[in-house]
Amino acid sequence: MSAAARRAFVPNWWARAAWVAFALYVLYAASQLEFTPARFLAGIEHGAKFVARLFPPDLSRLALLAKGMAESLQIAVLASVLGVLISAPLALAAARNLMPAWATWPARAVMVLCRSFHPVIVAILFVKAVGFGALAGILALTVASVGFLGKLMTEAIEEISLKQVEAVRATGAPFASLVTYAVLPQVFSRLVGFVSYETDANLRNSTMVGIVGAGGIGGTLFAAFQRFDYDFVCTIVLTIIALIMAGEVLTVRVKRVFRA
Amino acid sequence: MTTGAPAAPAASAAVAASAADPRRSTAEAPALRIRGLVKAYVPGTPVLRGIDLDFAPRGITAIIGPSGTGKSTLIRCINRLVEPTAGEILFEGQDLTRLRGAALRLARRHIGMVFQEYNLVERLTVMENLLCGRLGYVTPLDAWLRRYPPRDVERAFELLDTVGLGPHAHARADSLSGGQRQRVGIARAVMQEPRLLLADEPTSSLDPKTSVEIMALVAALSEKHGFPVIINIHNVALAKRFAGRIVGMTGGRVVYDGAPEAITDAHLQTIYGGEDWLH
Repeated sequence: MSAAARRAFVPNWWARAAWVAFALYVLYAASQLEFTPARFLAGIEHGAKFVARLFPPDLSRLALLAKGMAESLQIAVLASVLGVLISAPLALAAARNLMPAWATWPARAVMVLCRSFHPVIVAILFVKAVGFGALAGILALTVASVGFLGKLMTEAIEEISLKQVEAVRATGAPFASLVTYAVLPQVFSRLVGFVSYETDANLRNSTMVGIVGAGGIGGTLFAAFQRFDYDFVCTIVLTIIALIMAGEVLTVRVKRVFRA
Repeated sequence: MTTGAPAAPAASAAVAASAADPRRSTAEAPALRIRGLVKAYVPGTPVLRGIDLDFAPRGITAIIGPSGTGKSTLIRCINRLVEPTAGEILFEGQDLTRLRGAALRLARRHIGMVFQEYNLVERLTVMENLLCGRLGYVTPLDAWLRRYPPRDVERAFELLDTVGLGPHAHARADSLSGGQRQRVGIARAVMQEPRLLLADEPTSSLDPKTSVEIMALVAALSEKHGFPVIINIHNVALAKRFAGRIVGMTGGRVVYDGAPEAITDAHLQTIYGGEDWLH
């Protein structure tokens, strides 16, 4: 056998060329956008002034803050509940291992459509369609939830053991019982994880859709920015951080309950 | 009826043992009658090449044969987990191959099945797995809410005691050993009040001692509840010990059909090929 054929590691020249090209592009992009140390230092100086104006936080408008936060929380919870209710049957319809192609393709198309745009873009569409306020926010985040929960749930269902499904099918069980006895037990703990993750995402996004007029604390935050009330901005930002952290603690607890 | 040519066992060594079999009483109408059964997963290359078999309403029939010869396919065609390509399967006078939807589910209720890898729903409890056998009888809503008739629950507890798993009713199925799981699998099938039990290599994943115990359990339940059993099995000794009739298959055809005592090394050579492994 020749020496060349016995080489343990064969160089992949195409991959090497691709890496070099990628590195060159990163340098090119940085030069195009004036991403230079000088510009960065100028930015830091400006940032320092901004941070200084954030403190101390303004605690004089707590009622306004509470109203906005409560609305954001409600938007997040309602959007998550609606998202689960819509995406669960959709995911079942989209699972290729259980459903024929005529059911999976439309279901998948709906999910892709829901994931096509950022929640803020969808929120703008709904503000135009149903007017300013929380309804637009709820609908926008529901669409986002259906997109992501649907995809994750579909993948979970497609990974189940079909042996268990086969056994339950052999008993003469109707399809609905097949789903609750052979499919649901196999995916349930993962679903709890997905839903808590999506609720977490909805909580964050619900503080943002207000910027485009779809209800919640985002509107208040945006107004404070525009009036240069940076101390009130600080209060709002700190409250949002506290809310997300509380949500994190809660989801960990919920997951622990369902894993047991 | 498609009493096709493949009916006659093709191989010369396929002795007409069936004619001499004293176990096959002519008085009883068969519980299951298979005629001209063909299954081709890929068109043109059939796995089953025309199977004709009758099964009496009692007793254990063991199907032996090399891997990949269509034993599992044959069993799965009976309860339509696999769609037959051609032929008839008459169960209590009804052609199973023509059933669809609700009619198929009603027929499946009466055909229990035991699997090589148990196929329990791992995350459900033993009791829930047993009650899976009743899913064909209760509405989906009642099943979901775990509202079973008291009679079913009582029966499940009795069966659990019979298979020796009484204390494990609330254990999750994935916490059991292989032998215990197969006992749950058998109990689940018997919960259906089957009029036919199919078993696909029920002992192949188990140790020799447990295998014998499982076969004895199947035999006892078959005797007690009076349902016939069709069992795919690799272990010829086990087949001879527990079955009243042995069907040997090779290449998608039946090449032996008769009493266990009548099976000879020559038959086994026809079924499995070669001879070195016999000695």
